[in-house]
Amino acid sequence: MAHTLGSEPFAEDSEEERPKWDNKFQYLLSCIGFAVGLGNIWRFPYLCQSHGGGAFLIPYFIALVFEGIPLFHIELAIGQRLRRGSIGVWTAISPYLGGVGLGCFTVSFLVSLYYNTILMWVLWYFLNSFQHPLPWSACPLDLNRTGLVEECQGSSSVSYFWYRQTLNITANINDSGTVQWRLLICLATCWVIVYLCVIRGIESSGKVIYFTALFPYLVLTVFLIQGLTLPGATEGLIYLFTPNMHTLQNPRVWLDAATQIFFSLSLAFGGHIAFASYNPPRNDCKKDAVTIALVNSMTSLYASVVVFSIVGFKATNDYRHCLDRNILSLINAFDLPDQSVSRDDYLALLTYLNATQPAHVAQLQLKSCHLEDFLDKSASGTGLAFIVFTEAIIHMPGAPGWAVLFFGMMFTLGLSSMFGNMEGVITPLLDLGVLPRSVPKEVLTGVVCLVCFLSALCFTLQSGNYWLEIFDNYAASLNLIIFAFFEVIGVVYIYGMKRFCNDVEWMTGRRPGLYWQVTWKLVSPLLLLSIFVAYIMLLAQKTPSYRVWNPQDEHFPSRQEKLYPSWVQATCVLLSFLPFLWVPAVALAQLLARRGRQKQQDVHPQLQDGCGC
Amino acid sequence: MLWPLFFLVTAIHAELCQPDAENAFKVRLSIKTALGDKSYAWDTNEEYLFKAMVAFSMRKVPNRGATEISHVLLCNVTQRVSFWFVVTDPSKNHTLPAVEVQSAIRMNRDRINNAFFLNDQTLEFLKIPSTLAPPADPAVPVWIIIFGVIFCIVIVAITLLILSGIRQRRRKNKGPSEVEDAEDKCETVIAIENGIPCDALDTKDGCMNEAFMTEGERLTPL
Repeated sequence: MAHTLGSEPFAEDSEEERPKWDNKFQYLLSCIGFAVGLGNIWRFPYLCQSHGGGAFLIPYFIALVFEGIPLFHIELAIGQRLRRGSIGVWTAISPYLGGVGLGCFTVSFLVSLYYNTILMWVLWYFLNSFQHPLPWSACPLDLNRTGLVEECQGSSSVSYFWYRQTLNITANINDSGTVQWRLLICLATCWVIVYLCVIRGIESSGKVIYFTALFPYLVLTVFLIQGLTLPGATEGLIYLFTPNMHTLQNPRVWLDAATQIFFSLSLAFGGHIAFASYNPPRNDCKKDAVTIALVNSMTSLYASVVVFSIVGFKATNDYRHCLDRNILSLINAFDLPDQSVSRDDYLALLTYLNATQPAHVAQLQLKSCHLEDFLDKSASGTGLAFIVFTEAIIHMPGAPGWAVLFFGMMFTLGLSSMFGNMEGVITPLLDLGVLPRSVPKEVLTGVVCLVCFLSALCFTLQSGNYWLEIFDNYAASLNLIIFAFFEVIGVVYIYGMKRFCNDVEWMTGRRPGLYWQVTWKLVSPLLLLSIFVAYIMLLAQKTPSYRVWNPQDEHFPSRQEKLYPSWVQATCVLLSFLPFLWVPAVALAQLLARRGRQKQQDVHPQLQDGCGC
Repeated sequence: MLWPLFFLVTAIHAELCQPDAENAFKVRLSIKTALGDKSYAWDTNEEYLFKAMVAFSMRKVPNRGATEISHVLLCNVTQRVSFWFVVTDPSKNHTLPAVEVQSAIRMNRDRINNAFFLNDQTLEFLKIPSTLAPPADPAVPVWIIIFGVIFCIVIVAITLLILSGIRQRRRKNKGPSEVEDAEDKCETVIAIENGIPCDALDTKDGCMNEAFMTEGERLTPL
């Protein structure tokens, strides 16, 4: 089949015309929306903070130039050239590689499940933001109204709202608990919203993307202006961006930069291939690839400025509260006049009292307050959004408005990424012709959304958060790296570098230069291979464990670390390798089919002569 | 003669009101925190008001004899502003049990707070827990209302989209069938004209046989 591809455009769908983008801007926004997601807000700033601030940008941009942009260009080019979803593209390049497409399709499906679950939590917080005071700002009263709920008092009101009132989490992954009805209706709403947007494929999602892709930038700008006016923002920015070059010696930093670029651009999902397949055949995909990749990285940087200024504000706030608590203890213990000690005088007073009455001071058990300690408390993922940010928002003037804006932004960010994920699932199904042509597209998208909703019900259980972490860590990471590796090898070595460069020249008008050829042939495959090996080594180093929220634990509120039970470990291994198994399975099936056909031809040779073709 | 008695009385008073004495309560005020610039100084007049408020609270307890201001004793006033107080019985020999004083103060806590422009956090009775205000719970939680609105909008939008899709498909199905009818009619006309193919599909005026058209007819008449 690969030999039939020449320089003519690939055969169109016979009856229905392939859907088209309304304009180039819609296509670019869809790809940007897919690439820019929640990870740009809550993963990149965390990596920057924990890997030496500004110094992290060096491995990040090196990975972007040598891994991100070349791989992205390949995806857009083959999608645009072969005008098919991921399954069709890989089957067209080589029937033995069809498994790569099926694997990408499976990973897109798994990621859609848990990504929309995160949106379910965002929607829950969004719905709860329309009240003053915000429900996570104060602990609820206990049953006889004499004090606050014990679990809340031991931790904090934001943690209590997240772990107890939202997730109602159990202390063990074995203990599944019941389905939380509040989360269930939020999940149903999320899937209904996703269905509404992808109901007619890019015809419908293309209209919505104008809002969902641009709204986050507006909100980020508003937060930036607000964040920079808050006290402590500049300290946060300076501390967190100050480069610490010594961290570059740690290989873990380079691995994290490479994986961050890879996952941030949403490579190997099949979504970009699907988007590019709706383009006109002659379109400068090289410029598109560079533009989208750069916009994605710039968005990460922009978001991290916002995040750091807000984290700086929160740290300063916590530091001031710490000082005030200590000052109040001293004033109460030594009967000093009210408000007589300012924050600046605190240290002098403490040294004086330590010198004169050390025993009495020691009895007070004052906690030491350092701004750096609070700034160092880094958080990523759901911890950043639902605990750190929500606590920072409480202290802003007009808190409900900021909460609505923030969670609205998170929702639209996640929604535009969901469009790409769903395209990675729906376009291959449409191209395969799973349902007959007479059945309208709305039915197919409806069935897909319903199946995803029913599969995602397991995340609404009380142990759902633990399962989500498993999916997040194991379902996508290894598989995507393997599929990207096969993508590069498949295009460069099986499809042929020369033929691919001819195709790109036909589409863009310019032949790919030395940089592209070297990265495609050598650098990217080698990088992907080394990332894969490093990842496996990292996972194999220690038995997988997870952190549990257990109010009965003696070290509460710090999360208790537990090992996964063996059946869960088996599930992790299954999730990591099952999608990949499509590749050898399809290759083997094709091999057996070919052998079968050859045997038939040997048995009936006259058919070949009389056919005249 | 009266002087020894006076000293005895003050000595007994001093014993009754002491830090950590039986039935004594410590009070702590944070006037500057509460009022900022409008704060007042704590002097003996304010102490008199405090004694009056405590006596008032005790008088409100049913079946308790009338408590006078002189029955309330204050001591150990510090700069913080904090002090200890006890309430004695009319004979001024014993202090009233802490439980009674506690319940009396709790009943009238807000009136005591208001007298000093303070609240539960800035006027602290260190062994008397304050009853926390119940949260203002609306009948229907706010989030359900917003959820209902969003869900209804989305369902309506989906229904509209599906209906418009169905209508579009019906129009597409009708369209090609109309074109097919016209083609059928033309074919019958051609058949009637003895196999001479017609260029014009205008079935009302019949088909023009161009072989018989002269040049003159093509030119516009002068």
